[in-house]
Amino acid sequence: MDKTTGSFDRGLGKTVDWWIVACYLMLVLIGWVNIYASIHSTEPASIFDWTARSGKQFVWILTAFVLDILILFVINPRLWEVVSPYMYVVVLFLLVLVIFVSKDVKGSHSWFELGPVKFQPAEISKITTSLLLAAVMSKANFRLSNRRHFLAVAAIIGLPMLAILGESETGSALVYVGFLLVLYREGMSGIWLVQLGMAILLFILTLITDWWVSVAVLFAICAFYYIQFLRHTRRESIHIRRRALFRTLLAFAAGVMMVFATDFIFENVLQDHQRKRIEVLLGLKEDPSGVGYNVRQSMIAIGSGGLAGKGFLQGTQTTYGFVPEQSTDFIFCTVGEEWGFLGCLTVILLYVFLIWRIITDADKSREAFTRIYGYCLASCLMMHLFINIGMTIGLMPVIGIPLPLLSYGGSSLWAFSVMIFIFIALDRQEKKYF
Amino acid sequence: MEMNRKNKILIGLGAVAGILLVKLFYIQIINDKYKVDASNNSMVYNYIYPPRGVIYDRNGEILVGNEVCYDISVTPRDVQPFDTLALAAALGIEPDYIRERMAYYRQYRTRIGYQTLSFLKHIPQENYIRFTEEAYRFPGFRAEVRSVRQYPFNAGGNLLGYISEVDADYIKNHPDYRSGDYVGRTGLEAAMEEKLRGVKGYHIYLRDSRNRVQSPYMDGAEDKEAEPGKDVVSTIDAHLQQYGQQLMEGKVGSVVAIEPSTGEILAMVSSPGIDVDVLSDIGRHYSEISRNPRKPMFNRTVMASYPPGSVFKLVNGLIGLQEGTLTPSNRYPCVHGFPYGGNRRLGCHGHASPLDLLSAIATSCNGYFCYVFRNILDNKKYKNTAEALDAWREYVLSFGFGRKLGSDFPSELGGNIPTSAFYDRVYGKGRWRFQTIISLSIGQGEIGATPLQIANLAATMANRGYYYIPHIVKDSDGIEIDPKYKERQYTLVDTAHFHKAVQGMYMAVNGGGSAGGTAFSARIPGLDVCGKTGTAQNPHGKDNSVFICFAPKDDPKIAVAAYVENAGFGATWALPVASLMLEKYLNGEISESRKYLEDRLLTTRFF
Repeated sequence: MDKTTGSFDRGLGKTVDWWIVACYLMLVLIGWVNIYASIHSTEPASIFDWTARSGKQFVWILTAFVLDILILFVINPRLWEVVSPYMYVVVLFLLVLVIFVSKDVKGSHSWFELGPVKFQPAEISKITTSLLLAAVMSKANFRLSNRRHFLAVAAIIGLPMLAILGESETGSALVYVGFLLVLYREGMSGIWLVQLGMAILLFILTLITDWWVSVAVLFAICAFYYIQFLRHTRRESIHIRRRALFRTLLAFAAGVMMVFATDFIFENVLQDHQRKRIEVLLGLKEDPSGVGYNVRQSMIAIGSGGLAGKGFLQGTQTTYGFVPEQSTDFIFCTVGEEWGFLGCLTVILLYVFLIWRIITDADKSREAFTRIYGYCLASCLMMHLFINIGMTIGLMPVIGIPLPLLSYGGSSLWAFSVMIFIFIALDRQEKKYF
Repeated sequence: MEMNRKNKILIGLGAVAGILLVKLFYIQIINDKYKVDASNNSMVYNYIYPPRGVIYDRNGEILVGNEVCYDISVTPRDVQPFDTLALAAALGIEPDYIRERMAYYRQYRTRIGYQTLSFLKHIPQENYIRFTEEAYRFPGFRAEVRSVRQYPFNAGGNLLGYISEVDADYIKNHPDYRSGDYVGRTGLEAAMEEKLRGVKGYHIYLRDSRNRVQSPYMDGAEDKEAEPGKDVVSTIDAHLQQYGQQLMEGKVGSVVAIEPSTGEILAMVSSPGIDVDVLSDIGRHYSEISRNPRKPMFNRTVMASYPPGSVFKLVNGLIGLQEGTLTPSNRYPCVHGFPYGGNRRLGCHGHASPLDLLSAIATSCNGYFCYVFRNILDNKKYKNTAEALDAWREYVLSFGFGRKLGSDFPSELGGNIPTSAFYDRVYGKGRWRFQTIISLSIGQGEIGATPLQIANLAATMANRGYYYIPHIVKDSDGIEIDPKYKERQYTLVDTAHFHKAVQGMYMAVNGGGSAGGTAFSARIPGLDVCGKTGTAQNPHGKDNSVFICFAPKDDPKIAVAAYVENAGFGATWALPVASLMLEKYLNGEISESRKYLEDRLLTTRFF
């Protein structure tokens, strides 16, 4: 045991962020209870029944706790920065390997099966990518504006993302978009986020209305920005103003291209099921028994919960199996149905508090590695939160990603536990010295 | 708060949570749609169909009852490989039928899903028993016991109407019906639907998304038992109705019999009609029925609009008397008709001339009633012919013509009595006069009346000036008819005038052939029959034959109108039909001296 981390008796209460630990424990517990509710039928089994999912989740939770303790008290947090490149490469290799050796599960190839144990490397790759990203970006001479450095960062994020896309796990790949927030925090121009938002807006607008509506909106926004720019830069040189006009025109041209590419992307780049999900989400097509079924059932379950819910184990939608994947990706339905709006509010506020604590701790940190890693963790949690809950209430297309800590499944629970406790450990180690 | 990047990201986090919470608030608290959906989703209502009410005739005979029938349904998803031949043997059907159906289910399996479909309808009881014994061998197939309509009498197919399963259109307009429910579509079944259908009961179960029933909902606390439909007592006399149908077999037309003292419809025959055994399985016969050029579904008694012909002379005569333009002793000449302008003449048959009102009614003199109608229209009381015509129309409407009578029978039509505005449109204002519309004198031309209205005229004559709205449902346990059916509807003509006209009708029947009475063969010794023949010109072929009558003269028990299409002179066909109905109803049998009439009718068919 390392002498810097092995001290149980020195300032444990001050050094560990117990708020984060408390949020973590509550979310895990809420998840477990709701998994039990979601598989509960008219013949209730014990919550500890090993053959049922709730019993298995109990085992995953216990093992996750062991991992948490190991990470918090046994492993030297300095180690993560050192081993991050090796871990990253190994996991990337696994990500690619799984495409070729895995069985087809609903079109995706993302699970390793070792006897009775199954695991998904995509879950672990969030950790390794975050760690490597933090390691690279915290180097003293690192500059995001440096082209080579920027490309390195793009590669670190992009490679696992591509591999996961290759596994047809669109949802997990989408989570990596969240790393843009980390880059933004570390100095990337906010204009990229604006442009990403614009692209999504134009894409949706073109799909649900007409190309000329999108172009008109685009023109209005570009014009507004340029006029704002002129008003604030009256005394600037003509050169700067001319360059701004050029950039605005460029952005407009890119936007128009985006608008005209929309149909092509929609028809040719997206796969059939993805296209259908987006069509259903945007209300372009009705498909109550096909693609729309999951969302409709899920919204019925959540909506029927009302303010206070139907009560523990009283849900009729989730208990009787209307909602598919209810203990994994659609676990939030059980929360919504049995605990109502108040339950949903509680869960979401717990997440918000958890993420807020992580961001605050990260931002306070004097070590760039801890800060960047913390932001990585926070963005991953945020993306999962928005995509998963958004999907269950019809705000996002149906993208299969778990709700962190709540959804059934060992890979996901372990991955998020490890990820969160690495951050707690990093944070603690720093607090011990300063 | 400083607007650094950390805080901007935290604002982003707040926005994400805010968007999720707003949407959750909307679907969980504001919008009720998802709550409704949820109860549909998880509760399965097992409906219990109440037995439909029985329809009785006025003497307590069952017109429509219920009978158990056996159907086979199938849930294709639950079907496992089975012995096709064994199933075919159990059900008594061809194996090919099963193979064909199974192939169909396979082809549309995604659309069918977990639905249960009807596999075979109306299997015989012995096959039902055989199937239930072997049912374990055919998972997915289920025998269902259902109740169907059953008709002990072949009487009143059109009148009773049929029931059939509701379709999507019907459910859209009637949200309290669900797929699989039956509803009365025509006739009494439709008119009394509310009472007959009863109230469905249900048992609620919870089910999962695969439609598997899990357990009773709240231990059956919310279950509801079915309430049987109410029985309906109809005013119809089943035997009379059946007799009327026999007489009208092979002829196109209608017979309507009314009890004048109540307005109760005793018989209502539309021919050709629908046999009751077709009614119980209307689906199978529907296309055949709708292809029939003589339209058996078309209920002529209330939907066909005919010129009433000479029976309408009674109305014109009565109006003339009321208006004072005619007195019973007025005599008008008839020289084989009524000359009007140039060489035109409204023809008449040979009879003594000149005539008074009584004889004119008895002989049905056309010429006489042309004078009557002319005097009504030329009445100095009115500014012009148009005004006089409208006054005349008011009178006619008070007899129940030209408007719906308001019967409880569905799909009743009103017929037509022309207004002055109508002729103004056709000929131009002021450009028509009595000669133009002379046909109205004798019930021809632009007049249209339903057989029910004509029968109502007979009842009005019998009552000497008023009628009860003809209706087909009697008061009974749990069913009270609208009080309007118990109110006398007075015509605008005084009762005193009716006696004259009735006397004329009596003469027409009992005056003896030598006196020129047109209806002498309707005479039934001891019954004091009053009648009036009519022959309405028909632009589509031979004249229509009309006869109205009632009896006994001084205490009328029954008034009958018969209308036979394309049958020629009224006395030949409509008269025997109506008078035999009358005799059958009052005497229970046909006297020997009149058997020849019955024989002639029963053996003559026009198609």
